[in-house]
Amino acid sequence: MPEWLTQPDFLVERDPERCIQCEVCVRQCANEVHEFDAELREVFSDSAACVGCHRCASLCPTDAISIREVELEFRTNANWSPQVIRNIYRQAEQGGVLLTGMGNPEGLPIYWDRMLLNASQVTNPSIDPLREPMELFTQLGKKPARLEFAEDGALQTQIGPQLELKVPVMFSAMSYGSISYNASEALARAAHEVGTYANTGEGGLHEHIKPYADNMIVQVASGRFGVDVDYLNAAAAIEIKIGQGAKPGIGGHLPGEKVSADISATRMIPEGTDAISPAPHHDIYSIEDLRQLIYAIKEATRYTKPVGVKIAAVHHIAAIASGAVRAGADFVAIDGYRGGTGAAPTMIRNNVGIPIEFALAAVDARLREEGIRHDASLIVAGSFRCAADVVKAIALGADACYIGTAALVAMGCHLCQKCYTGKCNWGIATQDPYLTRRLNTNIATRRLTNLLQSWGHEIQEIMGGMGINAIESLRGNRDHLRGVNLSDRELQVLGIQMAGE
Amino acid sequence: MATNRLLPFKDYGGCSIVGVMDQSGRLFGGDAVIRAIANMHERSNGLGGGFAAYGIYPARADQYAMHLMFDTAAAKAETEALLHERCFVHHAEEIPTRHHPNITGEPLVHRYFINIEPDADRPFMDEDDLVVELHMHINAAVQDAFVFSAGKNMGCFKGVGYPEDLGAYFRLDEYEAYTWIAHGRFPTNTTGWWGGAHPFSILDWAIVHNGEISSYGINKRYLRNFGYERTLQTDTEVIAYLFDLLIRKHELPLEVACRAMAPPFWADIERMGEDEAAQARAIRAVYGGALLNGPFAVVVGSTGRMIGFSDRTKLRPQVCARGGERLYIASEEAAIRTICPDPDIVWHPDAGEPVVGELNVGVRAR
Repeated sequence: MPEWLTQPDFLVERDPERCIQCEVCVRQCANEVHEFDAELREVFSDSAACVGCHRCASLCPTDAISIREVELEFRTNANWSPQVIRNIYRQAEQGGVLLTGMGNPEGLPIYWDRMLLNASQVTNPSIDPLREPMELFTQLGKKPARLEFAEDGALQTQIGPQLELKVPVMFSAMSYGSISYNASEALARAAHEVGTYANTGEGGLHEHIKPYADNMIVQVASGRFGVDVDYLNAAAAIEIKIGQGAKPGIGGHLPGEKVSADISATRMIPEGTDAISPAPHHDIYSIEDLRQLIYAIKEATRYTKPVGVKIAAVHHIAAIASGAVRAGADFVAIDGYRGGTGAAPTMIRNNVGIPIEFALAAVDARLREEGIRHDASLIVAGSFRCAADVVKAIALGADACYIGTAALVAMGCHLCQKCYTGKCNWGIATQDPYLTRRLNTNIATRRLTNLLQSWGHEIQEIMGGMGINAIESLRGNRDHLRGVNLSDRELQVLGIQMAGE
Repeated sequence: MATNRLLPFKDYGGCSIVGVMDQSGRLFGGDAVIRAIANMHERSNGLGGGFAAYGIYPARADQYAMHLMFDTAAAKAETEALLHERCFVHHAEEIPTRHHPNITGEPLVHRYFINIEPDADRPFMDEDDLVVELHMHINAAVQDAFVFSAGKNMGCFKGVGYPEDLGAYFRLDEYEAYTWIAHGRFPTNTTGWWGGAHPFSILDWAIVHNGEISSYGINKRYLRNFGYERTLQTDTEVIAYLFDLLIRKHELPLEVACRAMAPPFWADIERMGEDEAAQARAIRAVYGGALLNGPFAVVVGSTGRMIGFSDRTKLRPQVCARGGERLYIASEEAAIRTICPDPDIVWHPDAGEPVVGELNVGVRAR
């Protein structure tokens, strides 16, 4: 019996007519798919190592390389899919937990695609955002239920610190460590240029990113990496990370080989040591413990910054979010089961958590029922692919969205799901200097800026079509959503009507 | 259940609105406002019209005048039992009407002058709160009964038909008020239900509205946070409840309340002075759920006050005029000139800018 039963996922084909043996592919592939045989003076490819990232094909000057998914070689079986069989082979060979990167790729329903948006016809005019104001400006943070005025008409109510977004889209938590320094810098600079926020994840705040700290949300996660009072006070807001949509209930592990001198300084840990984030915070074993941490951070920052909590969308999400708000969170970030990750156990990523659409609908409804919706803003994450997804989320009740994967794709990611290997050929999810320098920060910043700008324009177009010129009139306005392909129960949980109703 | 009624979910379509207030408090008959609204006949389509009048019940000014419509005698009996259980009913009568060939399918319309004793078990509910609760309870829970209005020294008269015909039907020429507001409907979704006509009213707030509120979905959910649960079935109703919430409950100054509903643009806020900008920012941060988006022009009546305002880009017409002691607000200038041929001043208020008329002294007899 052969030791290896796994077949390649991809087939790399080289057109000999076109290939000029320039070896670009050899140099570009960190997975060592391509090899130049000096004796034969010819490049050969080993398909087994290919992850399908398209780096070689993208850079091949003669378009000689094509990459195809290996066609189904197993007997058709609806239950035992090729992926399931391959996973068993891998585990039988290696005896470990299956690891993966990026968000859940399984074919579960995407509810955004089952919700359709409204537009004005005749009885109210649609608005042209090129000619008339169309306001996306969004404030995130706790707001009072009402304003009070003195006898002389002066405003008496003080409003707490708010994050101010020109586009209701922010960059999700991605740590320096899980992504390269260049990628981190590009995210920070793009957030700064557009007027939104990027999130450090638990990678600490790099010295060179501090100039953009006014547009950074810093994370306090279970490993507490990089956290000190300066870190908290440098940022625009602080996010306590309880969970992540791709791996609810699971911690994190940055292997020691990635902990370079620079990362060691940023995370405040010794060089070369594994950076392990425990599954729970070891000082949070209950909601009252969370409240203590929220207020400890508020004290440390003198109540000048919003302090929020990020949680993964799990079964009792409405009750959990309500608890976080009552514990003092100024914003709650909810990460759905399609949320991305640098590394997660495949079983967890593909099977734990619930869709962000339902989590958002349930949380917004619950906070309103309890009369505490104004006490915290809602940020949602977990696979926002386009401007329409963002509009639908805001209409369901979100204040803003976090994007992670979309931002990485803008920088060149091809979703090969191998972030955890540290061999990202696009220079994004790697610390290898040979690879990271491929990501030009100026170009990456511009691509991210372009992405947010184009989404902003699209959101404005959609709102204009609805006849709405301020985003607060879209937020939670479920009348502008209609369902297709949804059961009564699904419509009920989403709190929307069926198309045609 | 009342919620199954064919009430328009949103009031699609165009409309005519008019409001006339004598700021000296002098009372005048309903014939003038009927002529003004009749002038804009083309802006309505015979599927709804209505009036609200202030100062019409001076002899019972301390009592809540509850105008109620019933589709059946059973609904009337059930409602009356409820009123006698919860309130002190000073006087009850059928609202007098005059046969009109264009008005058909008319329900029973009665008025009850009531007061409610404070509830010792609920010390935080004042009489206004108890009346609102009763109003909403009847609309939601009593089949075939609907409250037109329940304010002091005011009342709403409305139904299906052209407004001028309804004005004649309700004999409004025989009433005297210091403020009259009126509405002619052009709905694109026909329902033919008398309760669905304007004005919509809560306590002494009455609203006539030309437009469509695109933010209705969130305004409704926002109001639910504050207990306006049961009867939020139309977008016009939402405006009435927002006035009640912002002014009666949150005690906001009138200009602030209007600014919450039609706030300045961020670009304009940036150009404001520091204090004004801070106030505008605070309003937008806190009252985003009260922002009324979409095309509208409204005239709002309340005790001693008439307010006109439009959406913040003024997508529906609104013109104002002053003639002597009277303030006029209407969809069209022609309507004003029908009853005030030579006004002292005519002006077009800016988008979102409230026009407020208040009684200078008090109510005076003609």
